Amino acid sequence: MGQAAAFWIMAVVMVLAAFAVIFLRNVFRAALALILCFIAVAGIYITLSADFLAAVQILVYVGAISVLIILAIMMTRGIQKGNPVNKMELPAAIAATLLLGILVYVVTTTPWSISAQTPLTPTTIPLANKLFSENGFILPVEIGAALLLAAILGAIVITRENKK
Amino acid sequence: MTIGLTHYLVLSAVLFCIGLYGALTRRNAVIILMCIELMLNAVNISLIAFSSYIVPQLLTGQVFAIFVMVVAAAEVAVGLGIILAIFRHFTNIDIDNINLLKW
Repeated sequence: MGQAAAFWIMAVVMVLAAFAVIFLRNVFRAALALILCFIAVAGIYITLSADFLAAVQILVYVGAISVLIILAIMMTRGIQKGNPVNKMELPAAIAATLLLGILVYVVTTTPWSISAQTPLTPTTIPLANKLFSENGFILPVEIGAALLLAAILGAIVITRENKK
Repeated sequence: MTIGLTHYLVLSAVLFCIGLYGALTRRNAVIILMCIELMLNAVNISLIAFSSYIVPQLLTGQVFAIFVMVVAAAEVAVGLGIILAIFRHFTNIDIDNINLLKW
């Protein structure tokens, strides 16, 4: 019962915040709505008993990515006259609605093989075992580290001003 | 009515389609990047829902969600760097006006 209530509250907040991201005229307010949406997603993770991922969601998305986005909005300020749309509004709306219809149809008609087991509740230790063990995901973790390093270097190189 | 896997998947589909609509229609590059983040979050929700309803003891979906977050962080860093570089060059981040590669 508590899970159902939490799910519906988080779902409504999340969808409203996502609509606010799209339809708010002020870009800065759209970024604040995006933060609210991220927090609601973290709540959804908690209802799915993914506690570690909820904490990571708060740290990475609410903490870091939002700050980056707000920094970019501040740096590009002065040109933020509303939130204009391009000419593709109607086709994009039709395409998104069609995709939503197809997805909902597929999801509701597929017979999922729901497991009867209960999920692991403290997920941090099993996740660490999975990520760092010999027969786990240690190679993707290393590649992810290389990817992050490359992204940091790339961001610095792209953003740096050329003073020759 | 108890909450099942279908609820989470439909919620994820709704969030994904909102993000898709925004990414296709907005002209501000920062808003487009924010909509892409919405879509990545939708995918994460469905991955974690599958993980906790279909293989509750394996956590594979959660591991994939962690990798999605890593790639999303890298993508945001590079994407905002590109947006700032574009802004410095054109003093504008309206996607419709940045068409150097269009022929």
